[in-house]
Parts: sequence; structure tokens; C-alpha cells
Amino acid sequence: MTRSSSFDAIIIGGGLFGCFTGLFLARSGKRVAVLERGYVGAQSSGANFGGLRLQGRSLSQYPLSLAAQHHWETFEELSGESCEYDRNGMVYFAHTDAGRERLLGYAENSRRCGLEIALWEGEALRRNLPWLAPSALIASFSPRCAVANPRTATPAVARAMIGAGGALLQNCDVTQVDHKDGLFTVAGTGCEPITAPVLINAAGGWAGQLAKQFGEEVPLFSAGPPQFVTEPLPYVLQPSVYAIEGDMILRQTTRGNFIFAGYPRTLSNADGRHTFVPPHKTLNGMRAVATHIPALRHAEVMRVWSGVEGYLPDMLPIVGAGQTTPGLFHAFGGSGGGFQIAPAVGECLAHLISGDTPPVDLAPYAITRFASAIEASEKLTREFDRV
Amino acid sequence: MSLPQLPPVIVGAGPAGLACAATLVEAGLRPILLDEARRPGGQGTRRLSPAMMPFAEQFLGRAYANKTATREALEDRLLTRCDWRPGTLAWGIFEDRLEVVQDGRHDSIRFDQLLVAVGATDRLMALPGWTLPGVFTLGGAQVALKQHSAFIGQRVVMAGSSPLLYLAAAQYARMGLRDLIVVDTSKSADKRRAAIGMVLSAPGTFAEGLLLLAELRRRGVRRIEGAELLRVNGTNRVEAIEIRHADGRVEALSCDAVALGHGLRPETQLAELAGAKLKFDPILRNWFPETDEDGRAGDRLWLAGDSAMTGGRIAAAESGRLAALSMLAARGMTVPADAAKLRRRVERLRVFQQRMASAFRWPSHLAAELPDETIVCRCERVHAGTIREAVRKQAGPVEVNRVKAITRCGMGRCQGRFCGQTLQELTASTSGMPVETVGRLRAQAPVRPIPIEAAMEGDGL
Repeated sequence: MTRSSSFDAIIIGGGLFGCFTGLFLARSGKRVAVLERGYVGAQSSGANFGGLRLQGRSLSQYPLSLAAQHHWETFEELSGESCEYDRNGMVYFAHTDAGRERLLGYAENSRRCGLEIALWEGEALRRNLPWLAPSALIASFSPRCAVANPRTATPAVARAMIGAGGALLQNCDVTQVDHKDGLFTVAGTGCEPITAPVLINAAGGWAGQLAKQFGEEVPLFSAGPPQFVTEPLPYVLQPSVYAIEGDMILRQTTRGNFIFAGYPRTLSNADGRHTFVPPHKTLNGMRAVATHIPALRHAEVMRVWSGVEGYLPDMLPIVGAGQTTPGLFHAFGGSGGGFQIAPAVGECLAHLISGDTPPVDLAPYAITRFASAIEASEKLTREFDRV
Repeated sequence: MSLPQLPPVIVGAGPAGLACAATLVEAGLRPILLDEARRPGGQGTRRLSPAMMPFAEQFLGRAYANKTATREALEDRLLTRCDWRPGTLAWGIFEDRLEVVQDGRHDSIRFDQLLVAVGATDRLMALPGWTLPGVFTLGGAQVALKQHSAFIGQRVVMAGSSPLLYLAAAQYARMGLRDLIVVDTSKSADKRRAAIGMVLSAPGTFAEGLLLLAELRRRGVRRIEGAELLRVNGTNRVEAIEIRHADGRVEALSCDAVALGHGLRPETQLAELAGAKLKFDPILRNWFPETDEDGRAGDRLWLAGDSAMTGGRIAAAESGRLAALSMLAARGMTVPADAAKLRRRVERLRVFQQRMASAFRWPSHLAAELPDETIVCRCERVHAGTIREAVRKQAGPVEVNRVKAITRCGMGRCQGRFCGQTLQELTASTSGMPVETVGRLRAQAPVRPIPIEAAMEGDGL
């Protein structure tokens, strides 16, 4: 074994979790290698809505989320590149009574965690969001929520990692992972075998197989939301706008395109590599847009897409040490919220691997929570076709 | 799988779709036939607008005008025996449903047999200035004339490496355009080399080409051969096209419109959404869907015409007939027809096209020479330099879908139809990889933009 093929840590998966973990490890002086089957950020890290949403997270997730938002706010200093971060603010609106209740609950949670939230009803709602259909009952606005371009963020982080001395191996499809005498050996098609005492499983929608190999089976499944984009129109809508009922998530890029996402999500194909968008979901989304923002009726949809995202039944990721194998760490299952928390996931994991106390307590994200029956998130039934 | 019960669905009422429909009707079926256009005919045999009809003989020549009138009358009769749905845009296929927008309203058509025959468009290579108003494709120049009774300009240059150059130029000359120049960028040596093979595979089609050349000479159309296109000049619109002659001389041809084309590019998006696999054809240097010899590409899917494989009008019609026979066989029906003979004919005509492609070569080498400031993707205004920079960057992609994700090239309204070919070559030349390994832009619904409100009136979901 030559020196060049041995590392301090090997990261499987060049998504945002993997690349941020690699970046923070490399910055702390570790020799790291990120192995990516295709290209960095090509799956859910690159195909998501790009929302850096703070509103509507569960109470236990706020510490991680807020730590992550700080990194997004200073992304250019962190990575040396722009990811089109835009602190555009975010609106939740409700158009049902149940939605109104949930919105008020979310607002209280957000405020308790230190977020500034404005609540608008009646005349204030019409004045602030005049383009919203009259069926809207209430809205909450969070100015610190933001967006970024998911397509450019991961490559930027990967380059920063390389700049800090990390290695990136793209087009390396890992076929074999062995663990012997405290050393992991990873081999794949398109790359020479490499070894390290630490292995980080950040394989996104495919992380379940790797965890299982080390005796840690988790109920991970792959799915993706239907998304579409309209032609560019004059830039008029600054904040991201989420119907709290989940039927419409919409934002306008500064270059003019409206981007839509919505629930329910669709399970990925059996091959696990693609999520097709059934046309009826695109049509439902178009109806939701036309219903909630009637001025967009005449806009044209020009492209639909989805991605392969890893979900867990409680809609929280797994971040932390594995329980069966010393040196094994996990970071996967972003459950539709992984993009925003990714910098903090990487930072915390890097601390943990280096033997330091992470800045945020990772207990809520422990893989051990699946050892006993866990409570499925109320989001699970609402946001998926069937599980 | 049980025998198909639903009416066959045909997307595209060009020569392939119409021939398929005719064969199915003959066997007693009533296929659903739809086309984005209001009238049948497709692109090459697009019907003349009412305003052009009095000039049909002048435009088509007497013999061909008569033939055309007879054929169109037959087509009109055929349409009455089909479930004919004009003005219908097919935008997606998912499992056994074809998603369409007809007259601004969404509809979903279930099928167990589908023929996709949506044709081809001009294959384009970006060129400095090609996004100026007044630049068209060769096909676009033909549409202007046939459908809108208009020339694209009063001083027109038709340029590129395409047999369509001569047809489009002859049509413009017949309708009286005097100020017309043809710049054929293909090499005469290439054409001489390919000629024998072309004569052998389809002497009739080859002779048609020679007649067109003779006609252009007779009509005094200036023809420049073996030149290179340097740029289209103009401030707010086309004022000239600058070329380099074979002898090295640079000339700016003053004009107010330019039509460009470098052969044909199949429309494969619908086929891909329906599950067809695409393979790289090294001679045509492009991607085509895989089918069996009768055009079958899946359990429920058939492909015919130029969207399956470049072959021209006659090959399209014959491949449509072949697909119909295969569809009928899959229904347990037959009609008396010589499939073997049809197969040979289609094969021969497609071989002819392949040889023609080596005469009118796709100028792949130009991608490497494109100045950085050239716009490659006109929908999203992405420049050649931006694409090169993205490919060369550390951790940068050498696969066109990733290049698209990072640069936005191919993300706009046209979904890469106009820039995809340049993008493939540019990614290949910048990365030093063979063009077939950098891939092609994957199809994503909708294959054409659809208005949001189309969903509002739809039902049956």
C-alpha cells in the first residue's frame, strides 16, 4: 500500500453532506478523500429547491439549522465562491383552518428559537402579499430565510475541500468496503483501492445499503418532490412562498424563472437512481399555482424534474457515529431538509471525528434511535403518496 | 401481455404518421392522429398557406404540384377515417398515457400502441452573431414561405452544410427572390467521394439533387462552395455574413437575413420519455433511438420517420407503413403487404442519408474554434467561454447534463434543441473526450412549454 492511497478519512458520497464534512476535516488538517459515483452534487444536493428555510422546522432541529444558516450567510468566505445565496425571506401562508393552526404553531416555535417572525392577517395580509388569492387566511414572514443555487453549491464546496488539501475522486462507483484491523479499505470501479481508519457514509439515497453492511439497518427510502420551472418573467416576487398545506412551494429567481415544488413526493424508481415526475403531479402543481397566485395563470412551464433524496420516517437525518464499527460515521437521510443543514452537519461531524465536542448536540440524529420503534413524523403521511 | 384493445395513437401527421394511419385504417382501425400543427403534412411536405396556393405550380413545379394536390386530397379523406386532433401538443409520456394540450386545454390519452413520428429539425452549430434578429434555420426559412407566404428577407444568404440548402434556395428563387446566395460549407472532395455510394443506394433521390443544382445555376443563384462561416455581422439585426473562401479570401456578404443548417437533428424527447433507449451513431455523429427493423422500440412504442432515423420523406412514409404492419401483427391482425420489401427500401434510403451525411459533414471541428464570447444557448444567454470554464474547472463536469446544471446551457424554453449539438461538441473538445462519452441532454417533460392555466380546464385525472 503506497502512502498516496491511505487517508485519515474516506467519505463515500460527494453530495453536500459529504463535501462539507470533507471540507471541515481537510481544514482541520486531516487527509480526506471523497468518493463520488458520478459527479459531485448531482443528486438531491443539486436537484433540490434551493430553499434555506428556517421556519417550520421541528424544535429539536433548530440548533443545527441555525448553525448551518450562519455558514450559508458567510458561504463566500467559507468556500471562496458564490452559490447565489440570497436572503430573500420566506412566507408561509395557510388556506385552510388546519393550516392556520399549524402556521401559528410553527411561528411560535420559530420565535422561541430566536427567529424574527411577522404574522399577517386580514388587511395586513392583503397589503403585504397582494398577489395572493383571497382564499389565503394568514401568513408568517421570516426575513432570515434565504435561497441558494443548489446546482453550484456542492461543486464550490468540493473545490474548497480540494483547496484545503482534500482529494476528490469522481466517477468512482464503490463496489467493496472492508474493515479489518481498524482500517477501512474501499474499492470501486474507476478508482484504486484506498484505506483509512475512518469511513463516513454520506451516500444519500444509497447509504442504507452501506449501513446495513455494518449491521445498522435503517428504514431509509428514496423519493423526490415534483418540481418545475417556468420561463423567465419580470422579477417581482422576492420571498419564497410556501403553502403550509404543502400543495405549493414557489420562488422566483432573480433572473426571472419561477421554481415550483410541492407534495406529495414520489418514491424513486426501483433502480434507485431516478425519480420520475408523474404528469398528474405537474398538473396538480400548475393548478395550485394558478389557484394561489392567479397572476401566474399565463406563465408557461418549461421543464420538470425531481431527484433522489434519502428519507427517514421521522423526517430527521442520521448524523453521528456508527454503533457497530469503530471509525464508522454516518451522514445521510436529509429527508427533504438536508440542503439547509448540510454545512452544520459537516462541521459537527468533523468535530466528532477529531474527538472534539461538536458545536451542536447530535443526539437527535443518532442512528441508535432506529433500534426501537420510532414515531413517524406527522409530515410523513402528509408529504408522501404511500410509504 | 393481452392483445391491444385501444385505438393506436400516432403523434405527428407528417409522411410517417400519415402512412402509418393509412395502413391502420386500411386494416379497419380508427387511430388517434394528432399534430401540433393545424393541418397535416409535417415539415418537408408542409402544406402551402391559402395565400400561397395560387402559386403552387410556380413553387413546386407543375408535375409535383399535381402529385401534391392528389396526395393531399387522399390525406384529407384519410383524416375523416381517423380520430384527427389538430392543434394538439404532446408534451409528456408516462407509463401508458400520452399527455397533451389541445387548444389550450390539457388532456391525457391512454394508449397500448403508440407511434411517435415527430420528425427532425435543422442541426445547428453556434456561430458568432447567430442570435441576431434575421437569422433563421433553413427549415424556418421554408416555414416562412410555405405557411406565412413571406421571405425571411429581401437579401438572403443560405449557409451551412446541408442538402436542404439547395431545396430551400430553389424554393425562394422560384418565388422570385433575386438577391440570394448559397454558401455550402461542405467540401467538394467529400461530396465527390460520397457520390458513388449515393447513386448506388438511391439513384432517384441523387438525381433530384442534381436537378436542383442545375435549376439554381439556371436561375442565376450565386453558389459558394467549400467556404467557412466566420460570423454574422450586424448591430441590431443581420447586416452581413462574413465567410472565408476555400482560397483563404475573407468576404462579407451583405444581406438582411441568413438561414443556417447543418443537416438534420431528430426530435427524440418524446421517444425517450416513452422509454426508448438512445444509441450513438458514429457516421451521423449523433444520438438516435434504438428500434427493431420495423421501428418497434418497446412493448407499446413504435418510432418512424426522421425522428427515428434520418431518411427523408419517402423513407419516412415507408417506415410509417412498416410500423403499422408491426402494430397490426401485435394485435393479431395482418394486412396483405410485403414487409420485407418495405424494410429493404427504408434501409436503402437511410443508407443514402448516411452517405449524404459524409458529403454534407456535420462541422464538429468548429466548436473548438468558437470565440469565447459566442452565445451558445440563446434562451439562457450562455457563452462558449462559460461552458469551457465550467468544464475546465477543478471538480468540473465532463458530462453534458452536468454542464447544463452548472452553466444553464440548454435549460431554457427550447430545452437544448438549438444549443444541444454545440454543447456536446464543445464539452468534448474542451475536455478532450470523445463526443459519445460526454453524453447528450436527457429529455425532460414538458417537451414544449405548456401554459399553467391549461391544467385548470382539464379533467379526467
